[in-house]
Amino acid sequence: MPEAAPPTAEAPAPETAEAPAPETAEAPAPETAEARPDPVHLDLLDRIERALPGAVIEHGTACGELVIRVTNPSWGPLAGVARSDLECDYLSFVSAIDWAPTPRDGGDDAGGDTSAPVQPTEMTFGVAGSAGRFQVFARVQSTARGWGATFKVDVDETNPLVASWVGVYPGADWHERETWEMFGVRFDGHPNLRQLYLPAGFEGHPLRKDFPLLARVVKPWPGLVDVEAMPEEAAAVTAGGDGAGDGAGDGAGGGE
Amino acid sequence: MSTTEMPSAPDFELERSAMRHLADAQMNVELDTGDMILNLGPQHPATHGTLRLVVRLDGERVIAADPVIGYMHRGYEKLTEFRTYPQITTLINRIDWLSSFANEVPFVHAAEQLMGIEAPARAQYIRTILTELSRIATFVLFLGEMGLQVGALTPAFYGFRDREHVLNLIEGATGGRFHPNFNRIGGLKDDLPWGWVSETRQVMQLVLDSCDQFEDLVVGNEIFLSRTRGIGIIPGDIGTAYGVSGSNLRASGVDWDLRRDGVPYLAYPDLDFKVWTHAAGDSFARYWVRLQETRESVRMVLQLLDGLPAGPVMAKVPRIIKVPEGEAWVETENPLGQMGYYIVSKGATGPFRVKIRSASFSNVSILPWLLRGVYVPDVVTILASLYFILGDIDR
Repeated sequence: MPEAAPPTAEAPAPETAEAPAPETAEAPAPETAEARPDPVHLDLLDRIERALPGAVIEHGTACGELVIRVTNPSWGPLAGVARSDLECDYLSFVSAIDWAPTPRDGGDDAGGDTSAPVQPTEMTFGVAGSAGRFQVFARVQSTARGWGATFKVDVDETNPLVASWVGVYPGADWHERETWEMFGVRFDGHPNLRQLYLPAGFEGHPLRKDFPLLARVVKPWPGLVDVEAMPEEAAAVTAGGDGAGDGAGDGAGGGE
Repeated sequence: MSTTEMPSAPDFELERSAMRHLADAQMNVELDTGDMILNLGPQHPATHGTLRLVVRLDGERVIAADPVIGYMHRGYEKLTEFRTYPQITTLINRIDWLSSFANEVPFVHAAEQLMGIEAPARAQYIRTILTELSRIATFVLFLGEMGLQVGALTPAFYGFRDREHVLNLIEGATGGRFHPNFNRIGGLKDDLPWGWVSETRQVMQLVLDSCDQFEDLVVGNEIFLSRTRGIGIIPGDIGTAYGVSGSNLRASGVDWDLRRDGVPYLAYPDLDFKVWTHAAGDSFARYWVRLQETRESVRMVLQLLDGLPAGPVMAKVPRIIKVPEGEAWVETENPLGQMGYYIVSKGATGPFRVKIRSASFSNVSILPWLLRGVYVPDVVTILASLYFILGDIDR
C-alpha cells in the first residue's frame, strides 16, 4: 500500500511541507552544508587546529553532521581538547567500524551469507576517509552550545591500539570495553579492558566482518521476498493461469 | 561474669579472653570480617530485568558496585548487517520495548536523510504524536513503579492501568501494542483510523488526572520523600561525562533536550513546550521531572492533534529501497534519553554498519560511580529512579 495515491492531497500539503524543517536555531539544512561550510563547523575545526596543530587529517559531513578524522597519536589529547576547547561535555558513544568487505566465500552458491544485502566486494571508505581496515569513531556533544562532532581515528590492522578516553570521559569505560570485545581494538590506558556483553574467554570479535553470522551459514534466510518481481507484474503473470481474484490477493499481500 | 568461679589463675586469663572474643562476635564489634559480596540479579525483583549487580558490602554500605550486563545481548548491530532496511525496523522495535515506536523514528529518519526523502507533513505529525504517546506510556508506568520500590503498592496498579489506555491508542493506530513497526522509510504504513483523534483527547484528560493522582499519592508522601530526597545524587557535569541523558540528566539541572536543542526533527519545531529541569539531581528529582514531562507530553499531543495537517502519510519511494552511499547520524530525545543511529551505507539494500547508541546503556554505566557509599535499600530506589530497560542496555 505505500505507493497508493492518497485521497486527500490538496491545498494544505505545500504550506505544511516546509513545517518540519524550519531554520530555527543555528542548525543548518543539509543543502547549505554541502554548498558552503557551516560556520559552526569551521569554528570547531579552528579550535582543534589551535589546540592540536596538525591533528586533523580530513573532515567532512555526514548528512550535515561534522565528521573529523584525526591522527592516531592525537586521539588521547583530543579528548581533553574536546571537553575543554570544544566545550563538548557530553560523550555520546565510542565504537568502531570494520571497513573490510563482507566475505562471500565461494560465491552465492556456497551456502554462505547468501541472504545478506549485496555489499561492494572491494574495500571503500566513508566520510573523511580511512587509512585501513579498522577505524575507531566517537561522538561528543555540547549540552550548553548544542553542537557536536564525530571523531574518527585509524588504527593499525595488525596491532589495533588507540589511546583510551576514560580519564576525560569516564563514560567511555563501557563503550571501549564493548569496542574491544566486538572489534579487538585495544585502548591504551583503559583500567579494566574485559568482556562486557560476552562471557569471559569468548574467542573472536563478533562485529568484525570476517566473523560469520552462524545462523546464516547453517541455514539460508528465507526472507528474500524483496527481490521478487513487482506485485503488478506478478499479478499479471498469475492472472493468465490462475483465477484473477487469487492473483490480486497475492499482489495486495506482497505490497504490505 | 564476676560471679563465676574460676579454678586457677592461668585458666581464668585464657577463659576471659575467649569469652570477650565471643561477646565481640555477638555484638559485631571490632570483628575482622572482610567485605561481603552480594549478587543482585540477574533474576531479582528490584533489577527490572536481567541486570546483575555485584555489590561489595561493608555492613549495609556499598563500597563497590559492578553491573554485569549482556544476559539479553542479541547482537543487533551484527544482525543489521544481514538485513535490508525495511527488515531492520522490526529488530529495533525490540531495543527499548516500552517505547518501541520512538526507537523506529531515528533509524527511519537517518535512512530518509541518506535517500533525500522527506516524509509528508501529516506523517511527521503522526510520528510525533505516537512518539509522545510512547513517552507517556513509558513514564506513567515509571510513576507507578517507582512507588512500588519504596513500598507503595497502589500506584503501581494505577501506572499499569493508565499505560493500558495509552497502549490501546497505540494499538488502535498501528495494530501493535508493544512493537508497532509502523514507520516506513518515507512515511507511515497507514493513516490514523476513524475516531482515533477524539479518543486520544479523552485519554489525554485521563492521563492528566492520573498525573495529579500520582502527585497526591507519591510526591506528597512522607516515606517516599525520605527515601528519595538526597539519595543517588548525580551532579550535572558527572552525568554528561558518563553520557547520561534524557530526564535523568535534566533532573541534574542540565537544560538539554534534543527535541528543542538538537537538529530539528519531526514536528517539534512547531510546538510550544517547556523543558523541565530540577537542580537536585537525586532520585526525587528524577521522579519529579518525569511527572512534569508526562504532563508536558500531554500538552504536546493536544497541540499536535489541533494542528494535524491533511495530506498523504507516505512519500513516493522506490519499491526496493536502496540507500545511497554515505553516512548519517540521527539522534532523538527518546523517553529514556538520547537514542541515535550512526548508519554507514554503501549503496546496498541493507546498511554496511549501524552503530546503535541507546540511552540506558550510558545511563546505567554511571552505576559504579553512583552506588559507591549508598545503603543497600537505596540501591533499589536508585535503580528504579534511573529507569532503564534491559533491551536498551544490551541491544
